[in-house]
Order: sequence, then C-alpha cells, then structure tokens
Amino acid sequence: MSLYIFYFLAFVAVLSALMVVFSRNPVYSVLYLVITFFSVGGHYLLLSAEFLFAVHIIVYAGAIMVLFLYVIMLMNLNNESEAPKKTPYQFAAVISGGLLMMVLVGAVRGAEQAQVGLGADPTIGTVKTLGNMLFNEFLLPFEVVSVLLLAAMVGAVMLGKNPLRARRYTPKTTTRTGADDQEKDVTIENVKQLTNE
Amino acid sequence: MNDSVSQMIQQVPLNHYIWLSAALFVIGVLGVLYRRNAIVIFMCIELMLNAVNLLMVAFAAFHGNAAGQVFVFFVMAVAAAEVAVGLAILIVIYHNTGSTDINVLNKLKW
Repeated sequence: MSLYIFYFLAFVAVLSALMVVFSRNPVYSVLYLVITFFSVGGHYLLLSAEFLFAVHIIVYAGAIMVLFLYVIMLMNLNNESEAPKKTPYQFAAVISGGLLMMVLVGAVRGAEQAQVGLGADPTIGTVKTLGNMLFNEFLLPFEVVSVLLLAAMVGAVMLGKNPLRARRYTPKTTTRTGADDQEKDVTIENVKQLTNE
Repeated sequence: MNDSVSQMIQQVPLNHYIWLSAALFVIGVLGVLYRRNAIVIFMCIELMLNAVNLLMVAFAAFHGNAAGQVFVFFVMAVAAAEVAVGLAILIVIYHNTGSTDINVLNKLKW
C-alpha cells in the first residue's frame, strides 16, 4: 500500500519538477514548485517525520512561495518575455544533466546491496524527540542559525532600501513596450497607452 | 502507528528514496543550466535543496537517528535566508538593468 503511495508521490514530484524547468511562464513555474513541495512533504509524512512536514509546508509552501510570487508580480514578469537560450546551449545543458544523472546512477548502483541497519524507530520524527535533540545536542547551531536569519533579514532590508542620495530609479521598460521610449510627460492618454499594451 | 511505520519501511526500500532524490537533484541542475531567468534558477536551487532534504530524512528514518532531521531543519533555515537575500539582490538588479536575464550580467565573464 505505502509502496503505491510512494510511487504516486514520486511521480507527481518528478513530473512537476520537470514542469518547473520547462514551463515558459515564471508564475506557472512557481505553482508547479508548490506541487513539488507538497509531494515532498507527503514523502516526509510517509517517513513519519511529522514535525518536518509541518515546518516544510509552513516555510516552503508558505513563506518562500509567497516571496517568489511577490517578486514576480513586482517585476511584472508574468509574461513570456524570456528569450530561450540558443539551441546548442540547451543541448549542452540537457547532456550535462544526463551525464550527472549517469554518474549518480553509477555511484548508487554499486551500493545497492549495502543496506543500512534497520533501526527504524517511529518516534524520531515527533516534536518531543526533535525538540530534545535541538536544545541539547544542537543548541549552538540553533543559536547560530538565529544569528544567520537576523543577518539575512538585515541584508535584505539594506538591499531593498531606496538609495536616497543617488536615486537612479529609471526603469527602462525595454521588454514591455519598446515602442515609445521617448521622454514624454505622463498624461492620462500616455498612461492608458502604456497600460493597454 | 508503530506497526505501520515499520511496515512502510519494509515495503519501500531505501534505494527508491536514493533514486528519487537523485532525479530531483538532477532536474534542479538541469534547470540551472537550461534557463536564463534568474528567478527560475532560484527555484531550481530550491529543488536541489529539497532533494538533499528528502534524502536526509529518508536516511534518518531508516537509520533510526533523529540527527538527520535536525539537520534538515537547519538546511531549511539556510534556504530561507538564501532566498530572502537572493531575491533582494534580484530586485536591485532589475532596477538597475531592467531585466532578470542572467546574460545581462556578463561583466565578470572573461
């Protein structure tokens, strides 16, 4: 039974991961990435890691996805404006990805017989076990991670801040309109023209 | 509950998880090489991190050791920090160049 669940979740994960790569529109990529995250979360649940399942859904499908969608909408990237790479580069990318897969397959096939010792303990994924571990053995990494998150927050705020002295806020709008890039006064007709596209 | 978990571990071998993680990781690498949009490249990096996380959770469950799951927790924190800073950098790049195409950023190329 759980083998079939595993196959189903693996199929969904791999398929939607491929769609993340090959769909033209970045918004669709984000949505397929959400599906991939949920199926990976299903794998966590299958492996009886309930706490990690909850954290995974909250962090990835909640926070990171919202961040991606915000950025895409902020930059108005939801059109298919990306010119694809040239075909030789695409071939090279696919071939090198396939070679990496071959290397991984060759590495894993040798170890096929070597199973780890099955000390399967179903209580390791619970909040109690992980909390005990996190605040006893891994207390220092936990605190370091909090410092890392603080530094990341400060960095993001600093990068996103408007430089007040040299304000070079001149979006070129090369990809979107392209037609009338001359310096015009923004009148109502102009705005209508620009937004109609 | 206990029976179901040990039954599940008996039914799904560890190799399946290794194959699945390898496939997800390779798809992430392929996306990084294939696409030109920097946001999609970020998503593919997330895919790679997820593949590693999945493998670590699988090893932890099969080995009966919770340290792997704690490490997955740390990897998630690092991924969140990376995405926040990376997307902020991406917005600054977009304000300066007007696109998120990585071929615009060729000043460091030799």
